[in-house]
Amino acid sequence: MTAELHAITTTVNGTRYSRRVESRLLLSDFIRHELGLTGTRVGCEHGVCGACTILYDGLPARSCLMFAAQANGHEITTVEGLAPERGRLDPLQEAFRAAHGLQCGYCTPGILLTMKAFLAENPSPSEGEVREALSGNLCRCTGYQHIVDAVLLAAARLRGESPA
Amino acid sequence: MKPAPFRYVAAESLESALALKAEHGDDARFLAGGQSLIPAMNFRLAQPAVVLDINPLRELDFVRAAGGGLRIGALTRNRTLERDALVAQRQPLVREAVPHVAHPPIRNRGTLGGNLAHADPASELPALMLALGARLRAQSARGERWIEARDFFRGVFTTALRADELLAEVELPELPPRTGTCFMEVARRRGDYAMMGVAAVVTLGEADRCTHARLAYCNAGATPVSAASAAQALVGSPVGEGQIHDAAAIAQREIDPHGNVHASKAFQRHLAGVLTRRALRTAVDRAKAGG
Repeated sequence: MTAELHAITTTVNGTRYSRRVESRLLLSDFIRHELGLTGTRVGCEHGVCGACTILYDGLPARSCLMFAAQANGHEITTVEGLAPERGRLDPLQEAFRAAHGLQCGYCTPGILLTMKAFLAENPSPSEGEVREALSGNLCRCTGYQHIVDAVLLAAARLRGESPA
Repeated sequence: MKPAPFRYVAAESLESALALKAEHGDDARFLAGGQSLIPAMNFRLAQPAVVLDINPLRELDFVRAAGGGLRIGALTRNRTLERDALVAQRQPLVREAVPHVAHPPIRNRGTLGGNLAHADPASELPALMLALGARLRAQSARGERWIEARDFFRGVFTTALRADELLAEVELPELPPRTGTCFMEVARRRGDYAMMGVAAVVTLGEADRCTHARLAYCNAGATPVSAASAAQALVGSPVGEGQIHDAAAIAQREIDPHGNVHASKAFQRHLAGVLTRRALRTAVDRAKAGG
């Protein structure tokens, strides 16, 4: 079968990209290989690990479980789009740094985007709610404790509180 | 990993999608949320020649009141089922069960129709359809037909849908007054497939006598499994601890769990007994509180 190409235009981190893509190109591979945005990680490629999580029209989704052709006309945010400007971090990223919420960092982009949407919906989560919201993102380094701490710290800071 | 090559078509209309499905039959697959189909394609367990993306068909994404019941479009995301006020009010069983379906990023994409058409017997939603007496509307270029949930699930990943049909819509009938429902499952981790799960529906009449009951299980056989004899044993008398224990014992014999590396058949039966008792107690309490 000759590869059939689809013309797509998609907005990633506020920038519009027009490309021609093969039907079977996964959105995760499109983001990494076509756009060079390698912050989006590829882990299990069947939706379990959460490393490839992006925001698709504002909601977390597995980019390995979508085809690039589907993204035509849609809006994507990757980890590269979180920070407001070069040299500054998103408050969530700041909290991950402050609370040592990462070790190798491979799972971190997927976790950041998942938690970004979670905190927008639930600004005052309990620890249990944070753990449940993290349940779809596998981290094999940290044991999760510092990730939970980081999310709770970010939530407190975003509420304008300054926890001890 | 890469799926095998295929032709991708973003549906421009329901009619054109159904025409293409009629043309290609089993060689074509509808793509809804893709949370089951795309993993299968990534592993090359599924190698459709044509993928018909129905995501552009917004008319399949709806939750509507229909009399006292609900009609839900096939493209309705699990996320919507979890948050929709009408679903929570009229079908609290759905609201209670959906958070057990995988994780939020999966529920943001996964759809009701895709889940049911995939017909994984370990999934929660097919069991809910049995417990709630749902009807499913299949649509094709030839017309449409309604299929009762009990006739829809035929085997592992196998449904009554014909090669040219799309599952377009689901109808959940009104719950009678004084009906209590409950969904419970045991999974190894949050979001994992249940080792065993149960959906219980109990309706109470005069003097708290049970007038109707249904019990349906996930991961309890090749399809979602309805324990009709166990449910029937509840009907006709008030539901106390004795009736609940009897019904759970019958259900344990009625289901046919296959066992797996994480849970033996015996353990799955044990879980079914525990969960049935707990879910029935809760459903009865809720029925007494007004449903």
